[in-house]
Amino acid sequence: MMQARRIAVVAAALWAGMALALEPLSGYTFLAAETRAMQDDEFENPGMMTVDQGAVLFREHRPYEEHACADCHGADGETLDREKIASYPVYDETLGGLVTLQEQVQHCWEINMDRFPLQYDAPELVALETFVRNRAHGQVIRVQTDGPLAALLQQGEQLYQTRFGQTGMACNQCHVQYQGQMLRGQQLSQGQANGFPEYRLAKGEITSLHKRLRQCFISFRAEPFEAGSDEFRLLELYLMSRANGLKIETPAVRF
Amino acid sequence: MKLLLKLLVAVLMPWPLLAGEQLPLPAEYCNWEVQDFSIKQPLCDLRGDPEQGRRIVADSHGGNCLACHRLPIPEEPLHGTVGPPLDGLAGRMSTGQMRLHVVDQRQFNPLTIMPGFYRDPRLANRVADAFFGKTFLSAQQVEDVVAYLETLQ
Repeated sequence: MMQARRIAVVAAALWAGMALALEPLSGYTFLAAETRAMQDDEFENPGMMTVDQGAVLFREHRPYEEHACADCHGADGETLDREKIASYPVYDETLGGLVTLQEQVQHCWEINMDRFPLQYDAPELVALETFVRNRAHGQVIRVQTDGPLAALLQQGEQLYQTRFGQTGMACNQCHVQYQGQMLRGQQLSQGQANGFPEYRLAKGEITSLHKRLRQCFISFRAEPFEAGSDEFRLLELYLMSRANGLKIETPAVRF
Repeated sequence: MKLLLKLLVAVLMPWPLLAGEQLPLPAEYCNWEVQDFSIKQPLCDLRGDPEQGRRIVADSHGGNCLACHRLPIPEEPLHGTVGPPLDGLAGRMSTGQMRLHVVDQRQFNPLTIMPGFYRDPRLANRVADAFFGKTFLSAQQVEDVVAYLETLQ
């Protein structure tokens, strides 16, 4: 009898723990008060500089060119669809399947504006992505998880659970299994992607999602995949779907 | 006859090499053997230095055990909480068990997050060039760490 009750209590505690682990928490909740204040203040947030750089590019009208981003989307991006921004990556057959927000911007840049194509994670693209995502600041992320994206999502999740490098560690171990624990002086967050591109205080720079993934791989002592590679785009899809329900914080400030 | 020749060629092909399975082990790698969930023989029959081991354990560019474990090293302010605290470890485990835990924790728990510090480097996935074919710690360093852990009564 005693034993049965004990088992019931343990089962209930485990269930509660699982429910807690499933609830998405922004990296913001793991921050010190002063870092939160820095993110919340538009003048203190160092990532706002990149938003401004993005705004300049967004409005830039080059000689002999027909269009600027602002011609279609408004000088301040006011006609951009906030809900659409919060749904990336999306599936678009005409663009070859999975499309990240940065690829969508690059598509506009190269095809609609007829400019020389930019490489994935080029500073211009990161600035434009930061500006565009910042237009949807506070918008709840809703990435499609069914239809044509379901199979891709599974591949992304598989990568998330794959051990890499000499340490043989996988993303889910730190950010699911041990979230909230201390890794030396740093608390492990859920590794949510709702604030990217974000300003990293330790590096002192704006950091795109793929660049952050690269840094994680380097700390695994693994050979990183390229920015814009299939692997990192699939990981982005899985990460953004994990963030469903969280609000866009771009540019977030993180350690 | 032709068919026989083809079959012969197929059999004699160095298949394992094609599959990339026969990467040579680094010359200095010593094999180890698990018995009763422990490695009883010191790696390469080396003798560990506990003083050196204490340094490796705390060094964030060495073993960096403090990243995940609490240890009785008061001069280092930040100790992780991912793994269990290791105070008094030698009272709970034999030397051979501690050695296996450091060498390849996955022999105990296939899902562990703990890196294998002297795991067969051929088993790792997508290792960065700088670390390719190498173990995380050298055999001497592992023995130093084990010698330090033995002092945690």
